Amino acid sequence: MGTPKVSEVFQEAACGHNQVKSEKDRKKGCTKVATPGAAAGGCAFDGAKIALQPIVDVAHLVHGPIACEGNSWDNRSALSSGARTYRTGFTTDMNEMDVVYGGEKHLFKAIRQIIERFDPPAVFLYQTCVPAIIGDDIEAVAKAATEKFGRPVIPVNAPGFVGGKNLGNKLAGEALLDHVIGTMEPEVTTSTDLNIIGEYNLSGELWQVKPLLDRLGIRISACISGDARYREVASSHRARAAMLVCSKAMINIARKMEERYGIPWFEGSFYGISDMSASLRNIARLLVSRGGPEDLVTRTEALIAQEEKEAWASISRFKPALAGKRALLITGGVKSWSVVSALMEAGLVVVGTSVKKSTAEDKERIMELMGEDAHMIDTMTPREMYRMLKEAEADILMAGGRSQFVALKAKVPFLDVNQERRFAFAGYKGMETLISEIHRAMTNPIFQTLREPAPWTSGCRLTPLV
Amino acid sequence: MTTQDFVSVNPLKMSAPLGGALFFLGIERALPVFHGSQGCTSFALVLLGRHFKESIPLQTTAMSEVTTILGGGENIQSGILKILEKASPGLIGLCSTGLTETKGEDIAGEVVLFRKKHPEHAAVPIVGVSTPDFRGSHEDGFRAAMVRTIEELVPEGGKKVKGQINVLAGSHLTVADLDYLKDLLTGFGFDPIFLPDLSRSLDGFVPDSFEPVSMGGTSLSDIRRMGQSSHTLVLGESLRRAGELLFERCDVPYIVVNRLMGLSAFDRFLVTLRDLSDGNYPESLKRERSRLTDAMLDAHFYLGALRVAVGLEPDHLFDVGHFLLENGMDLVSRVTTTESPLLSKMPGGKAVIGDLGRLEKEALETDARLLVTHSHGRQAAEHLGIPLFRLGFPVFDRLGATHRLSVGYRGAMETLFRLANMVWSRDPENRPDTWYSPAPSGAASTSETPVSEEGFVPVRFDG
Repeated sequence: MGTPKVSEVFQEAACGHNQVKSEKDRKKGCTKVATPGAAAGGCAFDGAKIALQPIVDVAHLVHGPIACEGNSWDNRSALSSGARTYRTGFTTDMNEMDVVYGGEKHLFKAIRQIIERFDPPAVFLYQTCVPAIIGDDIEAVAKAATEKFGRPVIPVNAPGFVGGKNLGNKLAGEALLDHVIGTMEPEVTTSTDLNIIGEYNLSGELWQVKPLLDRLGIRISACISGDARYREVASSHRARAAMLVCSKAMINIARKMEERYGIPWFEGSFYGISDMSASLRNIARLLVSRGGPEDLVTRTEALIAQEEKEAWASISRFKPALAGKRALLITGGVKSWSVVSALMEAGLVVVGTSVKKSTAEDKERIMELMGEDAHMIDTMTPREMYRMLKEAEADILMAGGRSQFVALKAKVPFLDVNQERRFAFAGYKGMETLISEIHRAMTNPIFQTLREPAPWTSGCRLTPLV
Repeated sequence: MTTQDFVSVNPLKMSAPLGGALFFLGIERALPVFHGSQGCTSFALVLLGRHFKESIPLQTTAMSEVTTILGGGENIQSGILKILEKASPGLIGLCSTGLTETKGEDIAGEVVLFRKKHPEHAAVPIVGVSTPDFRGSHEDGFRAAMVRTIEELVPEGGKKVKGQINVLAGSHLTVADLDYLKDLLTGFGFDPIFLPDLSRSLDGFVPDSFEPVSMGGTSLSDIRRMGQSSHTLVLGESLRRAGELLFERCDVPYIVVNRLMGLSAFDRFLVTLRDLSDGNYPESLKRERSRLTDAMLDAHFYLGALRVAVGLEPDHLFDVGHFLLENGMDLVSRVTTTESPLLSKMPGGKAVIGDLGRLEKEALETDARLLVTHSHGRQAAEHLGIPLFRLGFPVFDRLGATHRLSVGYRGAMETLFRLANMVWSRDPENRPDTWYSPAPSGAASTSETPVSEEGFVPVRFDG
């Protein structure tokens, strides 16, 4: 079982969260234990699948009863520029006989069928709770299948009950580190090869960034895992530098690749104009320090100047309409402060922001941006959110899809900024989209219409037609 | 057409006699007859048939070259007689056409003459209507037939019957709309008389026998009772004259209702009904309103700021336009068929009288993302690469147009879902070159050329 792995990823050395904890707290682990009766959010399997599914050319096979894959497949918007294998739902759909007699043979046959019928470069095998309890050894099955079929079969040992989504992200990273990264050699290498870690290309966000890297002559050797191919990830250990996106989800990959292969990394964000620019600067700086072309820094500055100018021009068009409007920002994955700065750039007032997943450092930056009285929200119940919106303490709610219905029932505009969103918000173009989408939501007349009292209520002031 | 347009490119409007025929088809045992060449009738018959997917009783006086020159009176006389003997209709609606109006045929005079010659057929009303093809659209012909029918059939004066209400139903209302309104009015305690009532004649029922006349629709006795109603609801500005006429002849006050689609419009309509009735709001409406509220919220993500080009008859355009506006869409082009006081009051700006060519041109210039018009808009939609939301008359390339509900809270909800789904189903998946064109050659790039797969195929236009 994954127990040693679990405690290992809990003790992540490079994690800012972890470092500020006491020795005792550190041992408790990084994920809060879910409270029965008051838990929301996905399990470790969910987290592992989210982190790896964006590898587009492999088959993702879920070993478990139907709930794990049947209830969750094709539910995210990680996009591919080519192969579609990743969106096919594969599961062993375990039945009672499997539970009684063990599901390993069933699993082995499933792998064979996938290889015969879909011919993917690799099969990722996801452990779930039921086979974990009955003792199906997916690592042994993966090993046997790899040998038998001559095709990499990667065990991902993150059954749901070991913890939450974040832990699953990290266990997925461990699977890549143990079984994929460094197993193949790249066909070519350049002095500007870059890994991007923790970017999933949701709604195509990688494509809001990659063209700019292309223009600078920076080659993405692997994006882990958005729009990735198996070969890219397997040969990513030859990259010169890495950027870690989205805070702590895959920090173990960045740190261990530095340990094993000497790839320096930095943590950055593609959300918000200043963050995007800072990330480009850091990429250029790191690559130059590793032997990249000297003029990369100046070319990067020129590109930043041009892109920022265009983005500002685009955003400033909305400023008159948005200035002074109040936004409540409740996000999970997206780093709050980077979006806060973007919103403020468009003239919005951020009346509150969630800091559930933020580090002490993040909180400091929020305070820098929003001032001492920044309303930082650790957790907010739907009821409290509804109250805030209903009492008109905010003009728009920006949150994950789950909060959508809270906002809408309060008849307040809502913008989805989490994983299931329709729009891509990364880079300069993404911020233009974000601001124009906020504008679109806030100018929709239905919110005014919906607040009008119904004909049969006492507040109705409508007069009969004559 | 506007003054500078000399050619109508892909016409939006249908002819006035067709509107006249449509009106008569909503009267029980009526048979519309066109006084014109057989082609006038045939085109209208085929088009009505394609829309309703029903056999359409429609006859012709079959004017020839010779009778056109020498006068078509004899054709009317013999035609009417033949129809009365063979089809035994309850009413004949005699619509003129471009041909016979140009010639200057005197329909009214011929009807008087026929009455003299054939007293044995005195019981069957013959309603002659002037519907020259060269004036107005089918909305105008529909009104003309309604006005003439009231003149012919509704006696002046009349003692008022409590709760009885007239509903002059516009040509844009579907079978489903009429059913819904009927239930609603009954729910408020009214006894409504719908004129015409296409919900009982062209609703696609399968009869036990074949009849060469309309089956179902408003009965003649109901029409004759219209002077006894307490009020007339005029559903559509184009029918105002018919409402006025009932007021002048029978002292029945009328209310023109121009909007029945969407939350705020229907709120207002209900307040009006409540005011006229003794009853209270039917309980079912409360649930329906709440559901619409939620549908508006769910749909607004897809419809907000959507640029829509609409081509419809004036009454329909006015109602639909307000509904689209209420739901956050932009009406970037408004093209209609005929003169109406509503033209200058259109939501989003004045409507222009024009054709589908005009609509297509404006849609292109304003970068419309959705086209709303009848089935003939499919070519424009294809040229523009945007979806077509089929509405109005005719809808000949989809089934069930007559059973689509658009009025009331429920109709608004259903329409919103259909609109949003149409937009959603074409929501393009982002691609590597969505935001930036591919890197110029020479720059390092590892990107594969995107292969043509489901998400990348240009989405086919469909609706």
